[in-house]
Amino acid sequence: MTDSTPPAVPAPASGVRLIVTLGGIAVFSGILLAMTYEFTKPYIARNESEALEAAVFDVLPGAVSRVNYRLDEQGLQQLDDDNVDQANLYAGIDGEGERVGFALPGEARGYADVIRVLYGYDHETRQIIGLKVLSSNETPGLGDRIIRDEDFQENFKSLDASLTHDIVTVKSGEKENPWEIDGISGATVSSVAIGKALRESTRTWLPKLSQALEEGP
Amino acid sequence: MNDKAVEPVTWETFAQGLWKENPVFVMMLGLCPALAVTNTAMNALAMGLATTFVLICSGFLVSLLRKVIPKQVRIASYIIIIATFVTMADYGIKAISLDLYQALGAFIQLIVVNCIILGRAEAYASKNTPLKAIVNGTGMGVGFTLALLCLGVVREVLGSGSLFGVMIMPERFQPWSIFVLPPGGFFVLAAWLMVFSYVRKRKTLAEAA
Amino acid sequence: MDPSSPLFIFLNAFLINNFVLAMFLGLCPFLGVSGKIKTAGNMGIAVTFVMLVSSICAYGLNVVLSRYDLEFLRLISYIAVIASAVQLVEMAIKRFSPALFRALGIFLPLITTNCAILGLALFQTAREYNFVQSLAFALGAGAGFTLALLLMAGLREKLELAEVPDLARDAAMSLMIAGLLSLAFMGFAGLGG
Repeated sequence: MTDSTPPAVPAPASGVRLIVTLGGIAVFSGILLAMTYEFTKPYIARNESEALEAAVFDVLPGAVSRVNYRLDEQGLQQLDDDNVDQANLYAGIDGEGERVGFALPGEARGYADVIRVLYGYDHETRQIIGLKVLSSNETPGLGDRIIRDEDFQENFKSLDASLTHDIVTVKSGEKENPWEIDGISGATVSSVAIGKALRESTRTWLPKLSQALEEGP
Repeated sequence: MNDKAVEPVTWETFAQGLWKENPVFVMMLGLCPALAVTNTAMNALAMGLATTFVLICSGFLVSLLRKVIPKQVRIASYIIIIATFVTMADYGIKAISLDLYQALGAFIQLIVVNCIILGRAEAYASKNTPLKAIVNGTGMGVGFTLALLCLGVVREVLGSGSLFGVMIMPERFQPWSIFVLPPGGFFVLAAWLMVFSYVRKRKTLAEAA
Repeated sequence: MDPSSPLFIFLNAFLINNFVLAMFLGLCPFLGVSGKIKTAGNMGIAVTFVMLVSSICAYGLNVVLSRYDLEFLRLISYIAVIASAVQLVEMAIKRFSPALFRALGIFLPLITTNCAILGLALFQTAREYNFVQSLAFALGAGAGFTLALLLMAGLREKLELAEVPDLARDAAMSLMIAGLLSLAFMGFAGLGG
């Protein structure tokens, strides 16, 4: 069955109609998006908070609750969960109410992109007691062994952070001092980056933290 | 205008996107996400589902408004509609799983320039009833997801030794990391294309005989 | 080299994490257009220009959106800006070089749906680059895209005289070449220290 007459060409729509249609769609989409944003906001905030908490508990073995802090020129301030995005370090408290240590962030450029880490610091012993890689894009199977390799993880159970010497990554198997990190052979750039992240972060934060703790709450 | 809307919804409406007009293997569209996020099967599945969601919703809305949108601004309108649903999918995934969201990265938002969606809106949804648009969109989405899974499964099993995060290769298997790296993506897609073209050739020969 | 320096960002997008061969952006024109070196080169220049314009606009847009807490409108506004930028570039090319306009044909408006442009804007926002860094990023991305296109076109030209098995014609062969190029570019990792 074929058409015997050619289809009529619709008259071009007036400028007003164009604007009204586009405008209408834009407004509708704006409303839909605003609704989606508001609806998902609490879920996203909860996800981020859970991820953060899991990371903090990971690097501070034994911790069961978290306290948010902000450390700046005014000293150490405790923050409640509503202001958690202003926090720049955290403390982990164990089942007896004792502080296990602090969790601090660090970052350095690795092979592919910036590697972000969270590490646990015990102020009493001046040691790093845990490390978690928060985000990295390292080469799977090679650089990403900083996440998977258990021997590498051993480095961070009692790493000297008293700042008498800078934390540094050395070649695999050559670790002699407590402030050195045994690198992963085949993942040199990535393991050196971890060392750099810890070195710079400890140098920046630990003196300030010590000072703030001495000055008292 | 010969309005195809009067034709009924058939199996063909759905199945078109699975084999004959598979977006990735036949039409070669949407390759950027197809290669970028198929390094694990889970990512491939999530990307496929997100794209399917956008395909269905945008197809539905475009079809609903097909008589209202003037011809001159149709592409702009389609893009706004598609971008809206992509943003919704983006926030949705973020709310469901942060890990997944970080794994997929910016590629969720890049769904908006996935030629499949705009192409379908222009070629199909604007000329058919909402019901047909939904069915066809679903078919295309499923076809896309299956194609992505083909890539993702192969790349994850050979490249990491696991499937959906579960180790399935024996301990002694040394993963072929190349497959989860960019070159591997290209090679695996090329291999599947050759398989596809072989099967199609056999089919046309069989049908001709 | 300092990883936040514009020079490093340029090198990163150009070679180390090449936009096409490592980040998988801009594949459609990469596999579709690149048949002749000259066309490929022109396409690359057009895309680089659009990237620069889009990068600047995206940066400005992001500043405004962040100030008013309207981040959920980011995607829509970026796309709108890119579509307009492409229109502008199209009109400019038509005016200043009609020959180029004819040579590029349908591919020019298709730059709008080129994931490389939107990808550029999105990555630049995600990495929180400042203005100068964004420019370096856009230049590097455009240069990287052009380089990949030129390499592919050159190889394709040579291939036309080779005997390729039937099964691997066209797309499969292009993808395998792309894979080899990608593999080769992995050698740039570690460039810049």
